[in-house]
Amino acid sequence: MTRNRPTSLDATIESPWHDVGSSRVPSAVYTDRAIYERELDRIFYGPHWSYVGLEIEIPEPGCFKRTAVGERSVIMIRNRKGEINVLENRCAHRAMRFCQERTGKVKTLVCPYHQWNYNHDGKLLGVPFRNGVKGNGGMPADFELEDHGLNRLKVAVRNGVVFACFDHDVESIEDYLGPDILAAFNRTFDGRKLVLHGYSRQRIPGNWKLMMENIKDPYHPGLLHTWFVTFGLWRADNESRLELDRHARHAAMISRRSEKVVSNVEEGVTSFRKNMELNEPLLLDIVHEPWWGRDTVCMTTMFPNVIFQQQVNSLSTRQILPLGPDKFDFVWTHFGFEDDNAEMTERRLRQANLFGPAGFVSADDGEVIEFSQEGFEQDKNFTTLCELDGTSVGPADHMVTETLIRGMYRYWREVMEL
Amino acid sequence: MTADPLIQLRIMQFYAAYASCVNDGRYGDWPDFFTETAWYRVVARENYDRDLPLSTLSLKGRPMMKDRIYGIESTIFHAPYYQRHLIGLPMILAASDGRFDVEVNYTVIRTKRDVAAEIYSVGRYIDRIVEVEGVLKFEQKFCVFDNDIIPNSLVYPI
Repeated sequence: MTRNRPTSLDATIESPWHDVGSSRVPSAVYTDRAIYERELDRIFYGPHWSYVGLEIEIPEPGCFKRTAVGERSVIMIRNRKGEINVLENRCAHRAMRFCQERTGKVKTLVCPYHQWNYNHDGKLLGVPFRNGVKGNGGMPADFELEDHGLNRLKVAVRNGVVFACFDHDVESIEDYLGPDILAAFNRTFDGRKLVLHGYSRQRIPGNWKLMMENIKDPYHPGLLHTWFVTFGLWRADNESRLELDRHARHAAMISRRSEKVVSNVEEGVTSFRKNMELNEPLLLDIVHEPWWGRDTVCMTTMFPNVIFQQQVNSLSTRQILPLGPDKFDFVWTHFGFEDDNAEMTERRLRQANLFGPAGFVSADDGEVIEFSQEGFEQDKNFTTLCELDGTSVGPADHMVTETLIRGMYRYWREVMEL
Repeated sequence: MTADPLIQLRIMQFYAAYASCVNDGRYGDWPDFFTETAWYRVVARENYDRDLPLSTLSLKGRPMMKDRIYGIESTIFHAPYYQRHLIGLPMILAASDGRFDVEVNYTVIRTKRDVAAEIYSVGRYIDRIVEVEGVLKFEQKFCVFDNDIIPNSLVYPI
């Protein structure tokens, strides 16, 4: 099931775009409720895969994690055979969002309202008083348990990462990503067993797409983020490349850290601090891992709801949970690998100080998204200007471009028919 | 456990001084509340309760704390805000040889410009305090916060 809203209402949206391109995004794309509702329908509940979690979060049969696809609450649960299901958290009886715990382990899923009882595959096992009491009441004769299971999403598990989709006709996850983005994914997730380090959760008062834009924007990290510039983690003069899938909805920003940063090659970059030295060098105790190859950072944006982060030794998935046009929750799941030694685990945890809601570099990102949203709200006739390196869409071997943002909006306009 | 009333009073005064420092934004003084190798950690209750090691912020040693202060004062771009700490009565869980394991509830209220004050972080400090040459210092300070979602970003120490 996908389109669950009447198309007559949906069809009344007028395109807010002023031109045919994708480089000037109008304010309404970030603020309009009707546009947002169409995004939920066509993007989050349509034929697009959403990240829901890591396999290691539910290690045993009966283990579950509650999360969401778009705004719809779902439960990722492992069944007795060890397979992973993603079930909508909505009782088939009276719509109760019956699962309120974030994680746990259960024999069956029970809605406490009337004790409707489902197995790990979402199949309805039983209904109290189905046959009435003392000959009175009960369900009608044509009531069949198999007609009233939990809504079951299509699931793909790839190398420990779990994706789900409400539309069962969606293409395979491999086709969905395309060869270049799949290669970026496989670089981190090559089948090695992962180890869960924990979560960070932040609520960002901005449109969900602004976070995707942020990680499709190689222009800002070397400017906004002093840490990246000064310590060479992300600079405009680092060797780098930008890749996209054929629809330009996903992207990967891949780069190589400068070993020595002696001066600022960019005139006027005020965030560079020549004399900045760490009191504690361990904060940037980077150890090259063989699987990186020559690249030290790979940021993959998978449309519509996840970013895969490898920035030196810090690894995370960053999940977007939209909550209306003007806010979203951003959930970071940090992880390592089973063969990490204690020093490497400690290093990954220490470098996590750069990321998340308090991160030396990521705290800024949430803030600038909030202020962009404020600007869109105050001027509904505004359009952005994403024309660094022109108006075209395509891969690049440098960072001075907004091509990935234009790519996402080119695809968005097709899907949204706006 | 019952601790000597005088040390209880000194510990309360220590927390009052800590609150005053972070409320006034005297961040340059903040590392002085810690021993040289202290561990300061801000951690979601979700992670703490499940023994997941990830912290929102994890600073080991005063040098790393100084780097954080440099970060908040010079590198992290954010909207300005005041923070007000309301720290409860310290519960001394263990005391021996000048070391005190202390747990205490806290609330941090954030006030940004142009908007009303809001509850920003609520939780408990799980601390170890030691006496160094007659002065109390944190050897460990874990800020375990209950609030499930951080309202956008967390910049200043709590």
